[in-house]
Amino acid sequence: MTPGVARDTSVDCVTVIATESLSKRFLRVTALDRLSVDIAPGVTGLVGANGAGKSTLIKILLGLSPASEGTAAVLGLDVATEGGAIRERVGYMPEHDCLPPDVSATEFVVHMARMSGLPPTAARERTADTLRHVGLYEERYRPIGGYSTGMKQRVKLAQALVHDPQLVFLDEPTNGLDPAGRDEMLGLIRRVHRDFGISVLVTSHLLGELERTCDHVVVIDGGKLLRSSATDEFTQATTSLAIEVTDSDAYPDGLRALREALTAAGAVTGPAAGPGEGRPAATGRLLYVEAAGEETYDLVRDTVAELGLGLVRMEQRRHRIAEVFRDRDHESGHEGDRAAAPARTDATVRPAAPEAAPAGAPDA
Amino acid sequence: MPESTTAPTGGPGPAASIHDIGYRHYDGARLGRAYARRSLFSQSLRGAYGLGRSARTKVLPMILLAVMCVPAAILVAVTVFTKARDLPLDYTRYAVYLQAVIGLFLAAQAPQSVSRDLRFKTVPLYFSRPIERADYVAAKYAAMSGALFLLTAVPLLILYAGALLAKLDFAEQTKGFVQGLVSVALLSLLFAAIGLVIAALTPRRGFGVAAVIAVLTIPYAAVSAIQGIAFAQGNTDVIGWLGLFSPITLIDGVQSAFLGATSAAPNGIGPSTGAGFVYLLVVLGIIAGSLALLMRRYRKAGL
Repeated sequence: MTPGVARDTSVDCVTVIATESLSKRFLRVTALDRLSVDIAPGVTGLVGANGAGKSTLIKILLGLSPASEGTAAVLGLDVATEGGAIRERVGYMPEHDCLPPDVSATEFVVHMARMSGLPPTAARERTADTLRHVGLYEERYRPIGGYSTGMKQRVKLAQALVHDPQLVFLDEPTNGLDPAGRDEMLGLIRRVHRDFGISVLVTSHLLGELERTCDHVVVIDGGKLLRSSATDEFTQATTSLAIEVTDSDAYPDGLRALREALTAAGAVTGPAAGPGEGRPAATGRLLYVEAAGEETYDLVRDTVAELGLGLVRMEQRRHRIAEVFRDRDHESGHEGDRAAAPARTDATVRPAAPEAAPAGAPDA
Repeated sequence: MPESTTAPTGGPGPAASIHDIGYRHYDGARLGRAYARRSLFSQSLRGAYGLGRSARTKVLPMILLAVMCVPAAILVAVTVFTKARDLPLDYTRYAVYLQAVIGLFLAAQAPQSVSRDLRFKTVPLYFSRPIERADYVAAKYAAMSGALFLLTAVPLLILYAGALLAKLDFAEQTKGFVQGLVSVALLSLLFAAIGLVIAALTPRRGFGVAAVIAVLTIPYAAVSAIQGIAFAQGNTDVIGWLGLFSPITLIDGVQSAFLGATSAAPNGIGPSTGAGFVYLLVVLGIIAGSLALLMRRYRKAGL
């Protein structure tokens, strides 16, 4: 388990969110289908395609929308009867834009702090503190209308944190950010838990970025639990590199030559080395290599140069939600793939839906 | 402090030192739902006059408040200098005469109060906090009513103060003043309900402004015209009932039935006391209906 997960604010509850056979049906669609999942303190990613039921789940957990059947508890409070108490202790950052352009970040966050029940003086102090923590300085006195997308996302995060909640729901916080802004936001989310001691439930449709940020990832699709598994420190430290090279006369199949050379160099481990590590696997024009650190980049560069190949592309590979679905279908053929790593789960997963069972609880 | 204000983009040095202050938890009071509702009320009431917002937003409400007060000051001045034995205008008639100004204020500030939250999608942020739909509607309604009451009661206060200054009959003036206050209170409640429900229908502020003005003026123009025709034809029974069909004539009907006002309808023909009850019921019905519509409007607006 990641060090420093349980901090003082969340130490009193072993699970911050617990749902039991939670279902939500609308007239024609089933948004949530018998979802049972326990989420421990820490940073938890909630992954699903658009319409997978992420927003519906958050709405139910905030006590704003009654479940069709099943129960759910947030911080030990029943969502059906104690919604007000939950919303006092929980922060929410919506996916969409929610900021009036003609007020300053300070005024807006102070107002939102008071809406959470903070007395005027405390609201002002907490606002100044929180805006500083999310990285807004002098610009917080200017109207929000002039802010960049990254700054707006920070204000949205600040209003969710200003009342010092025990848990925050962050709905697609990296949406619309450029890669640098994305990394900053992910770093900020890590800090929310590590430094502030606030548990986080963060949604995304990008599994890759959540794997680097979260202690635990819950994948839902069509309202059903697909997978709930811990991401341990090792998988966070490694990233998968996608490499594309040109062929040369000496090596008509450049990828294959590179793969053999890299395997020979020993930096890329075989499938037996442990869960979460991958052998170099070539699919089509791309070669995937597990990067252990800076030296892997150097090794790839040097190896490519020695072979006299042209390096077309070397990039961090981001897992997409589609790969999870593909993995589910071809689970046996992809043991090496990190996304399909056995669920070494520190949170209890009790798949209620029989269809979810093979994906949610692979043989451990 | 001066050093920490250097650009945070200037490398990890100064920025990192700012971050290192560390996170402090909040152990103080959490005042809950009722406090949040009060905070939203005061923020909305202040916002209606542009307080706590940019200077530009203060201009219109403050001008309108001044426009409401200047005639009262002039009336007082005339009364004092001519040593008249009564004010030239009843307390209850003041708001009816200046209904256009009240209408403008409502048209400008009701959309400001509710359309903005819808347009910028701030509403879900409110509902992710302890307050509920009913709290939001109650706070916004109370704030709009309060803002209108301020706009209409302050000139009455000027009239009353002036009347006392001119040493007019104290008992008579106090009675008239209280009647006037009750009348503008009812007017504020009715207008706020109508204005908010119209403004909440559209996230577009411009539509809201136009719609509020239309709802206040078109029925009044129609009612006045038909009343004029009815009067010309000697059909005085109809005149009393026609007032039911526009907001300001509703208030006029109620106050001429119960608050000793002379009706603004042609020849001062207002509803009888019996008809006055119908007027009052219609007023209360419109208020209740508008609040119910507002509640309905926000049922889907959360998240």
